[in-house]
Amino acid sequence: MFGWILGRRGRHGFDLTDWLSFGFLGLGVVLMLGPVMWLVLSSFKTEAALQEYPPKFLPLVPIEVQVDGFEQPLQLFTITAGEHAGRELAQVRRIGLNAQMVDPANPSERLNVAIGDRDALREFGVATENYTGVFERFNFMLYFWNSTFITVVATVLTVLFNSMAAFALAKYKFTGRNAVFVLIIATLMIPPTITLVPLFLVISEMGMVNSHWGVIWPAIATPTGVFLLRQYMLTIPDDLLDAARMDNASEWKVYWKIVLPLSAPALAVLVIFSVMWRWNEFLWPLIVLNRSEVFTLQLALNSFQGELQTSWSSLLAMTVLTLLPITIVFAFLQKYITQGIAQSGVK
Amino acid sequence: MLKTLATQAYDGAFNLFERPMLALQRLFGQSRIAWVFLLPNLLIFGLFTFLPIILNFVFATTGGDRILLADRPFVGTEHFASLLDCESYFDPNSCHRDLFWRAVGNTGWFVLMQVGFMILFSLITALILNRDIVLRGFFRAVFFYPVLLSPVVVALIWKWILQRNGVLNAGLEGAGFGTVNWLLEADWAFFWVVFVSIWCNMGFYVLILLAGLQSIPSDVYEAAEMDGTPRWRSLWRITLPLLMPTMLVVMVLSVIRAVQAFDEIYVLTGGGPGSATTLLIQYIYDVGFATRPRLYGLAAAASLLMAGVLFVLTMMQLAATRKQSGDN
Repeated sequence: MFGWILGRRGRHGFDLTDWLSFGFLGLGVVLMLGPVMWLVLSSFKTEAALQEYPPKFLPLVPIEVQVDGFEQPLQLFTITAGEHAGRELAQVRRIGLNAQMVDPANPSERLNVAIGDRDALREFGVATENYTGVFERFNFMLYFWNSTFITVVATVLTVLFNSMAAFALAKYKFTGRNAVFVLIIATLMIPPTITLVPLFLVISEMGMVNSHWGVIWPAIATPTGVFLLRQYMLTIPDDLLDAARMDNASEWKVYWKIVLPLSAPALAVLVIFSVMWRWNEFLWPLIVLNRSEVFTLQLALNSFQGELQTSWSSLLAMTVLTLLPITIVFAFLQKYITQGIAQSGVK
Repeated sequence: MLKTLATQAYDGAFNLFERPMLALQRLFGQSRIAWVFLLPNLLIFGLFTFLPIILNFVFATTGGDRILLADRPFVGTEHFASLLDCESYFDPNSCHRDLFWRAVGNTGWFVLMQVGFMILFSLITALILNRDIVLRGFFRAVFFYPVLLSPVVVALIWKWILQRNGVLNAGLEGAGFGTVNWLLEADWAFFWVVFVSIWCNMGFYVLILLAGLQSIPSDVYEAAEMDGTPRWRSLWRITLPLLMPTMLVVMVLSVIRAVQAFDEIYVLTGGGPGSATTLLIQYIYDVGFATRPRLYGLAAAASLLMAGVLFVLTMMQLAATRKQSGDN
């Protein structure tokens, strides 16, 4: 019944190398997904549980009970030693090394227990307040909006400008075309990390320091995008364009109504790349955006983790929320993303 | 509903530009309109790529901590001289800019380790994924998933695992070993920087290598099988030689990336402890932006030196790519 999981497709038999392969892949799955799973599990733990060492695998919360005569719910303990050993008692308050406790079944009698003699009772429980706290205290929506704004605007402009340039390079014959193409491809050789200082001058001269546009503009003329789209547009037959021109279509109409729709597969690849690039970008925003109200999610995460009083519970929840959008996109478009990358060789 | 909305937006954008584009077409004629299509892209390239390249030389030859060029006095090759001022290039302590040479040394080690082990693991993974196994798509996706995560998220995931009271130390202690302050001990911090960088980049190279493996025609293997060639021998004599062009591209690509590594390392260790994990880009960022006074000139000079190295590496990539397409 479970033969399929062991067998190789279309063949019979399962030899040593197959076991080794699956062993390796299994280890790979643990190593690749384990850390992310651990992050997600941890993000549901209370701050107290996060401080615990050694850490528990599942998020656990202390059990609290409502006891007659007390307004607040009381935390439940099991007593491990002393005269009340074996009983389950609720703690009223702690006084020094002793705890004043009551039996929930008999609330009128106060019992004294040494704090070393009791063990907190816990149950599986999810600390959703980590997540709500991120929204209430950390202005998460603002950073989320900043990141989304940059990603969406930059992607729209990238696709528009790159496809216009690719259209010109693929579908027109004019003097200087090859020179322009070589010039654009040559910029592939100049990674943005090389020109940080002068680019910062350009951006500050244009008054775009601490502005999202300072992150958006330098990023949108990607040589990768132009190259990708040009190669695709070359496969669109010129006859199609000429037929439209016969019908008096303007060049703009040819581009917008014929070439763009036909390039949809290549455009989709570029959209996915652009979203990934902009959402995850770190170094350039780190230089341009210095005020916390314009921070992207990545910058906000980085600045919180750098603060002395980092509360891991909020930080972990925020990290999970940051990786969530990309994970959802990947879950749905996994096939297209991997194909697009394998075919174009860019990331 | 959503679809009609998208269509409306698409048509709306068309109408918005139709008249001005038509006017431009009348003005320039049908073929020179191409320049109009090129213009936005070229303008951005010019302003944010080509202009900065030229300005980089201006910055590298001027001093002071002001960003405006008019406020910057000309200093000639002073920055380059100070960066290259060393008694021995093998001993950072003998250098005027010792931190720069530490960063150069770290980057060299990092590139060697990261690229070497990453390609080894990527190759093994790709070879296994290339077998006719079930759930291949799932495994491929799992190995690729970390590539999509942002460097900050990657660094925080590992920081949480590696922290003093983290799950790794707890596991080690549970198994009877001692605990280590992973990110505060120089050698371990460097190890984890390499490890994490492999973790979050490997999937990309697995994909490329897998595509390369799948382009090897299967009849070569069938012929070998008919001749009774053992499997390890056909791996050594058929697979690896035929994969060589892809390997070459992967190697150069990963070296170029590794030289520029910054994001996840900066968040994971901040370059520390001390300067144990400070790489070149972080040095440039530190002297140019993070510390005051901002030494823009020194940062520009350092990035020009790095650009020289990258230029040579990219040339190698182009040569490799050309060789590959020539072979096919």
